[in-house]
Amino acid sequence: MQALQTKIDVLIGQHQNMPGALLPLLHAIQDNIGYIPESSYTHIAKALSLSVAEVHGVVSFYHHFRTHKPGSHILQICRAESCQSMGSEALEAHAKKCLNVDYHQTTADDAITLLPVYCLGNCALSPAVMLDDEVYGRVSAADLDSLIAEAKA
Amino acid sequence: MTIKVYIPRDSSALSMGAEKVAAAIALEAKKRGLGIQIIRNGSRGLYWLETMVEVATEKGRVAYGPVKVKDVASLFDADFLNANYANVKPHSLSLGLTEEIAWLKKQQRLTFARVGITDPISLTDYLAHDGYKGLKNALQLSAADIVKTVTDSGLRGRGGAAFPTGIKWKTVLGCEATQKYIVCNADEGDSGTFSDRMIMENDPFVLIEGMTIAGIAVGATQGYIYLRSEYPHALVALNAAIASATEAGYLGNNVLASGKAFHLEVRRAAGAYVCGEETSLLESLEGKRGVVRFKPPLPAIEGLFGKPTVVNNVISLATVPIILDKGAQYYADYGMGRSRGTLPIQLAGNLKHGGLVELAFGITLRELLYEYGGGSATGKPIRAVQVGGPLGAFLPESQFDTPLDYEEFTKIWAVLGHGGIVAFDDTVDMAKMARYAFEFCAIESCGKCTPCRIGSTRGVEVIDKIIAGKDTVKNIKLVRDLSDTMLNGSLCALGGMTPYPVLSAMNHFPEDFGISKS
Repeated sequence: MQALQTKIDVLIGQHQNMPGALLPLLHAIQDNIGYIPESSYTHIAKALSLSVAEVHGVVSFYHHFRTHKPGSHILQICRAESCQSMGSEALEAHAKKCLNVDYHQTTADDAITLLPVYCLGNCALSPAVMLDDEVYGRVSAADLDSLIAEAKA
Repeated sequence: MTIKVYIPRDSSALSMGAEKVAAAIALEAKKRGLGIQIIRNGSRGLYWLETMVEVATEKGRVAYGPVKVKDVASLFDADFLNANYANVKPHSLSLGLTEEIAWLKKQQRLTFARVGITDPISLTDYLAHDGYKGLKNALQLSAADIVKTVTDSGLRGRGGAAFPTGIKWKTVLGCEATQKYIVCNADEGDSGTFSDRMIMENDPFVLIEGMTIAGIAVGATQGYIYLRSEYPHALVALNAAIASATEAGYLGNNVLASGKAFHLEVRRAAGAYVCGEETSLLESLEGKRGVVRFKPPLPAIEGLFGKPTVVNNVISLATVPIILDKGAQYYADYGMGRSRGTLPIQLAGNLKHGGLVELAFGITLRELLYEYGGGSATGKPIRAVQVGGPLGAFLPESQFDTPLDYEEFTKIWAVLGHGGIVAFDDTVDMAKMARYAFEFCAIESCGKCTPCRIGSTRGVEVIDKIIAGKDTVKNIKLVRDLSDTMLNGSLCALGGMTPYPVLSAMNHFPEDFGISKS
């Protein structure tokens, strides 16, 4: 825990003088340790002259930020209209069933966190999913199975 | 002789395996002792043909697609590198000369002139393809003349609001301030849209050049690109391009030795759709919750950190260089009515041939859906299309002859928005789509105004009753009343336009709501 806080303090030091520093700082923390621990709010608030409530308000406003450690991989399934027109609902149901989780949950083996996403900008190749930083297009249930298997391997 | 092979780095191409195809081609060439140079270009936007591999020949670039890893060996067997078919039959994936592919040839690519042709992060390539001509011209003009050129071109905001870009710039130019900003709205959250992403990944310099011209025109020295977090590849491309532009003196304290400064930084958004609304975007850039601001004051007068700010969409800014290069009239000569120039249209959803079609305003939806889109991907009839993202109206077949023009769309109570077209086949349940529109609004509402925050949730509940067949007539009336409140009482377009998909679904497809057409 102490090591984690030290890491966060370094990131705070690197970002605190930027104009509008809070979002870049939160991104840096999440990129580095995978989530934004609530225990860091006091340090962030102090460095940026904000209240803890303001930091909490910002973290909780944005869908991208999370306050708990995710699985080793993040699987996002697009729920937006274009993907719906190509059968994403069935794909969502398939993913939930074979991972045995609902959205915002992590598989029992900590391998995959499942998240909904509203558009990946891959709408000419719907349905689309994103595994970590890579987008996949025209994804069938079988494609999803192999992606999941690869991620778990 | 080293042969140039082009394999896209665009994320949609990557989503179809472009990275693996590139590796396989490199390996196969090495195995066969053939000298090739692989260039990772942008995508031409013929997405159903990705991964599209091109080979440079004397006659021009020859395309193959869609290439999968399993096709690579047979491509080499068919001598695809020489593309000289005197002795061999062309490979079954051969598409001929890229520029001659009808889908591409019929387009009018102005904003997308370089996309798919160049290596996106090579400044040399950008300069070799007319890059930075617009900025060089702009530096010879007075600030007022740059603004006048943009105004005269007729360019209107391509993010969706269609406000004249030049007028916005003029307001900022006229403000006295110690600091002004150029903010690029790259929070492209509308489903069915990807033109911003394509520009940023496939021709980032054109956006940088457009923002630099904007900065010089209005006297802003700092620019920010507010980029959605769902676009990691765009982030990499933009940062690489900004670094090269800075190193070569196109950005920095003394842009092309003009004595004028312009600095540029990419800031990542964090997955809030409402931050595509300009005032909520500014709040977010300031490090706050992305809650919508009251207008006035306009951002042009009191924007980022309270300073005069130009907020423009990616496509608007990326169109500025060609206007400054070729002149206002050149751009204004395209289009119809008050919709001047071209629109990068994105064909998405249930279409056989999805992708990027840039054309002058005036083409009809029907031509786009069938001549370009090739009809539905599933082979069933197209029943509805949603134009302009999640806040755009659903249009039935009887409206497919509407030309793409801001005013023509307003006449049928629809919007062009950011130019995304999502097609649905006849399996679509429009009551479900109306429910989704309310649900999306509820998920993404910033919570500041009541019609949007509460209305969206109540909307889902009432639609659920309609779907369950409970008091249908009474509940339809309730949805109409609620929509009226949201339309007229919301602070921004999120709550204010959610009734577009809801009511258009109800009006054009009443049978899906358990009511008759009359």
